[in-house]
Amino acid sequence: MKPAPFRYADPRSLDEALDLLSDETGAKVLAGGQSLLPLLAMRLAAPATLVDLNRVPGLDTVEATGDGVRVGALVRHARLLRQTPDAQAAARVQPLLARATANVAHPAIRNRGTTVGSIAHADPSGEMTSVLALTGGSVTVATPAGRETVGWQDLFVGPLETSLAGGAVVVDAFFPALPERSGTAFAEIARRKGDYAVCGAGVVVTLDEDRRVSAVRASYISVGLVPEVHDLTEAVAGEPVDSADWAAAGALARTLVDPDTDIHASADYRRLLVGVLTERTLADAAAEAVQRSAA
Amino acid sequence: MTTKLFGEPVRRREDARLITGRGRYLDDIGAGALAAAFVRSPHAHARVLDVDVEAALDVEGLVAVYTYEDLTGPMAEPLPVLIPHPQLHAPRTGYPLANGVVNHVGEPVVMVVATDRYVAEDAAERIVVTYEELPVVVGVDAAREARAAVHEDVPDNVAARHHQETGDVEPALAAAPHTLSFTQYIERSACMPLEGKGVHARWDADDASLRVYSSTQASTSVRAAIAAKLELSLDRVEVIAPDVGGGFGVKIVHPWPEELLVPMAAIRLGREVKWAEDRREHFISSAHERQQRQEITVGYDDDGRITALDVHVWHDNGAYTPYGIIVPIVTATQLVGPYAIPVYRVVVESVFTNTVIVTPYRGAGRPQGCYAMERTMDRIADDLGLDRAEVRRRNLITPDQFPYDHHLTFQDGRPVIYDSGDYPGLLDKLVALVGWDEAGALRADARSRGKMLGVGMALYVEGTGPGPYEGGHVQVLGSGKVLVSTGLTSQGQGHETVFAQIVASELGVPIEDVEVHTGDTRRFGYAVGTFASRAAVMSGNAVALAARGVREKAIRIAADVLEANPEDLEIDEGLVQVRGTPGASIPLRTVAVLSNPLRYAFDEAAKQATQFAKAGSDDKPPVAEGDAPGLEHRDYYSPIRSTFASGAHAAVVEIDPATWEIDVVRYAVVHDCGNVVNPMIVEGQVHGGVAQGVGGALYERMAYDADGQLQNASFMDFLMPYASEVPDIAIDHQETPSPLNPLGIKGAGEAGVIPGTAAIASAIEDAVGRRITSMPISPTELYDLMRNETAERTQASLQTGVPA
Amino acid sequence: MTTSIDPPQVDSERTVSVTVNGVHREATVPVRRVLSDFLRDDLGLTGTHVGCAHGVCGSCTVMVDGDPVRSCLVLAVQVQGAQVTTVEGLARDDHQGGQVLHPVQEAFRECHALQCGFCTPGFLVTIAAGLEARDAAEEITEEEVDELVGGNLCRCTGYANIKKAVRHAAATMREDAR
Repeated sequence: MKPAPFRYADPRSLDEALDLLSDETGAKVLAGGQSLLPLLAMRLAAPATLVDLNRVPGLDTVEATGDGVRVGALVRHARLLRQTPDAQAAARVQPLLARATANVAHPAIRNRGTTVGSIAHADPSGEMTSVLALTGGSVTVATPAGRETVGWQDLFVGPLETSLAGGAVVVDAFFPALPERSGTAFAEIARRKGDYAVCGAGVVVTLDEDRRVSAVRASYISVGLVPEVHDLTEAVAGEPVDSADWAAAGALARTLVDPDTDIHASADYRRLLVGVLTERTLADAAAEAVQRSAA
Repeated sequence: MTTKLFGEPVRRREDARLITGRGRYLDDIGAGALAAAFVRSPHAHARVLDVDVEAALDVEGLVAVYTYEDLTGPMAEPLPVLIPHPQLHAPRTGYPLANGVVNHVGEPVVMVVATDRYVAEDAAERIVVTYEELPVVVGVDAAREARAAVHEDVPDNVAARHHQETGDVEPALAAAPHTLSFTQYIERSACMPLEGKGVHARWDADDASLRVYSSTQASTSVRAAIAAKLELSLDRVEVIAPDVGGGFGVKIVHPWPEELLVPMAAIRLGREVKWAEDRREHFISSAHERQQRQEITVGYDDDGRITALDVHVWHDNGAYTPYGIIVPIVTATQLVGPYAIPVYRVVVESVFTNTVIVTPYRGAGRPQGCYAMERTMDRIADDLGLDRAEVRRRNLITPDQFPYDHHLTFQDGRPVIYDSGDYPGLLDKLVALVGWDEAGALRADARSRGKMLGVGMALYVEGTGPGPYEGGHVQVLGSGKVLVSTGLTSQGQGHETVFAQIVASELGVPIEDVEVHTGDTRRFGYAVGTFASRAAVMSGNAVALAARGVREKAIRIAADVLEANPEDLEIDEGLVQVRGTPGASIPLRTVAVLSNPLRYAFDEAAKQATQFAKAGSDDKPPVAEGDAPGLEHRDYYSPIRSTFASGAHAAVVEIDPATWEIDVVRYAVVHDCGNVVNPMIVEGQVHGGVAQGVGGALYERMAYDADGQLQNASFMDFLMPYASEVPDIAIDHQETPSPLNPLGIKGAGEAGVIPGTAAIASAIEDAVGRRITSMPISPTELYDLMRNETAERTQASLQTGVPA
Repeated sequence: MTTSIDPPQVDSERTVSVTVNGVHREATVPVRRVLSDFLRDDLGLTGTHVGCAHGVCGSCTVMVDGDPVRSCLVLAVQVQGAQVTTVEGLARDDHQGGQVLHPVQEAFRECHALQCGFCTPGFLVTIAAGLEARDAAEEITEEEVDELVGGNLCRCTGYANIKKAVRHAAATMREDAR
């Protein structure tokens, strides 16, 4: 389990990185490396050149504004869980991000792995892809031609597959702010704590001014080939938040998903969990929506 | 008084190096050695048509490539069947490198040697092997039904038919007031030590000798195997087990192909060669264990007492049988556990499959046997509406029945005669420890929290410390240091501490003066190995006997010097003294100097010694007839048969009826391994065993697909428990000393894992009211069981309406 | 457009300079060398063990600039200029020719938190880093204990005594903090 030979460069600017990616055939971006290195060790991936972004300045910022949270390509998962001003601001603007991040693997992996890397890796079992989808987020992609914003719907093509061209670098991910009178929650069930989830659920509940449910959206992990967002509003629309039938929303969710069977869980079992986790997370998200509405 | 050391929780002497990064594991040895890597079969069953190494040859750093064609003499013959058995009628083993056919994914086909492991893998990747795929047999049912043949000349896939019976079972069943029959399954897991296997070999051409380090549980036998296979005289080969990063059974198998090939390459190349197995290799080319199909018929009376038991086990032995049928024999003979079974018949059919070989994994067939017996007890209790603890109690062998002869023949060829124990005592302690009789309150509390709660228990008896022998050597140096060596190896059991405690206690020296060496054929050439919970029993008693020999000699010499009666002498804190006469003493280290009549005064100890030297008689040789220079003694312990440890476990599980997640919320262990040398170490063994038991019951399985591909050959997908999956464990002890050995001890290494699957299956069944007939069980499987309308319900659930 | 003076280097081999356990070390290695192999094979620091080589077991955990990371999931070239701490660097020099063990090392011995010892370096480094990052004066919670031991695999101990050792070490550090 040793990586096949490759060449390596650690550019000092984004332009250098982009130049390298376009000049070198079979080049691949390295950021946190926590998904890539195992693939290299198993020789399931064998890039000719690794372009390491870690020495590119300016990619390690977390910016929280009223619009949302922008996370640079070199921001480690652990960074979003620390009690630092930028992380705390991010958690206020979009609490789902840190909540989901707390479920990513174990601390030593979170110390190295990056939020953006998880998204670019496009693993439907990863938490971050689902969070990007549920928040309606996007990524900023740099290519030699310039920068563009790619929305999550256009980004994920299949398991471990994005729409991005080989020479592109995802420089940040943007998670729009949690809307007014909204709450969010995240939960997952894994065989062992820290494993990729058998099933995970992130939800957002939005209330109207009378504390009635106006919108419910959910996104799941390890369910389906690419992250999807499901609108569950119809199951509970207009219901007072205190008596909303979250189970009905869960039941609706079960009919909308199309999970797969693998050695850890059957498709049916995953569908069961979609229902349960939806119901459970919605109750928590609603409580947060109430709290934020009051504030 | 130093004698207190036996039985004390002495802190481990091996830890000083291991906590500071100064351990020496296999891959820490031989910096700069050439590295070996292997091309392994990607197919479960195939003919090897062609091996084309051409593309590898221009890899810079490649040193050598070996295929079957390069093997000569005994190396070109099949690997040995280590433990033949008359009922193993079709033994089969592979070759060090595949000879025309591969029988499981991972079987070695080509060995590559290069300047480092990276380069070796580069070269291996370029070698093109052409295969013709053959039909694949995966799983015990496919093998049993002979859907295809693993070995052409064994069309029914049956390697062995093993049969034992203690009476005429059919009439006994016919006469039984009640009978029931059922079939159940248990699946594969694996030892999975954190350190894989590994071999380092160095050939000294000047000395014409070979030194091999192997991460093994049996260095003396690896040595013999290497000598035989490479046609070397035994005295030219030394094998050393360095610090070994866990074994649990997989490293008792020998010789592994790599244990022969790496030394072969070292000799041929005249350079050091090393192979450190990586994790993927360990999954697909080491060994697994546990898979069986068990067909059970039991007869019993109205009180739940068993009158006859008939068991048919179909045992998956994988592609080959290098370790004979030890595992299924252990299942067959240990299945009866702590119970008096008047008539017992067991038939084991051991079958080939196109999967990794099956050899002992901690428990070695006992977890399966325990699962068969204990689930039978649960069935009887359920059928009669009796408490499960009560049914067990009624069937237990009682303390007045020892020695208890089961009239079975154990894995060591010796009778299964239980030497001692107190099984009702174990059960009573367990019931109290886990709160068995208060389960109703626990259940109600769980129900109020929306959870389903169940309790389960399982008892076992474990034959430990089988022979034929182990030896010990104890030597006192002039410095006062006490060197202890024994041939068996260590993989974390704390032998350096435990054997030091024993020797310090026997000899009367401070433990700090004692230094223990294990698993090094340079120090001790005769040994069997570390398996079957035998180290403390076998080597513990051997070093005790050796220490007693040293003590006797020391006292003889000291008596002479002190002009005292030997009976009046004692040794304490390293001083031989006349009991009750302060000042009349001589340090043991001085006795050691005196024991050697060649005493040049090259150090202070020797100078000191001269003052005691008496003028020898001119008529006698300096070394008396029958005596030997030096204060040392070598002795062996060879038991008439195994000694039987025992225990009882209980599990309390909570199940979330929404997600079917299973949580072991309480786990209780009552444990009896006779006299305990070091309770801290014994508890550690129990903890580790229980964690593996929980893993085997709820998380671990080797997920082969129908093509024989192992789908979870990584730590990501093979779910070994982290701390978060292991429950807190409550432990209570019972000590029934073994009458069979001088120290009265029984083995403790494997016990913790044995009842886990049975106890947890019982607890889950109790919680959900559906029969659990296959283990391990995961939430997704439990969900399937619960929504299966035809799944069998327990009588208890039908009567009490357990929610399900 | 490039901002650096030198054009970007694309290398197959590099000289890696790094401070390991307070000592400057340097070796020239192929760029594919992972940090665990670099420490073990190039620098001779074999205390760091490789249990899975795919980032799950945690045996190879070392600190890079103070944070525990899996050294099998980092390339050696990536730690250029960094401070690395391995199990060999946990004990402190006592300035009398000996060493003072880190409280977590002492605790592992005291609580019998290791058996074969293979996974132990990874646990020690992870726990030491975690305990040093927290306020030693605060009593440790069970949640913290679970977090500190939860990401590493051990096949021998069943973890009970490892958790005990974490509590023991935290208590020692709390005493020392007073």
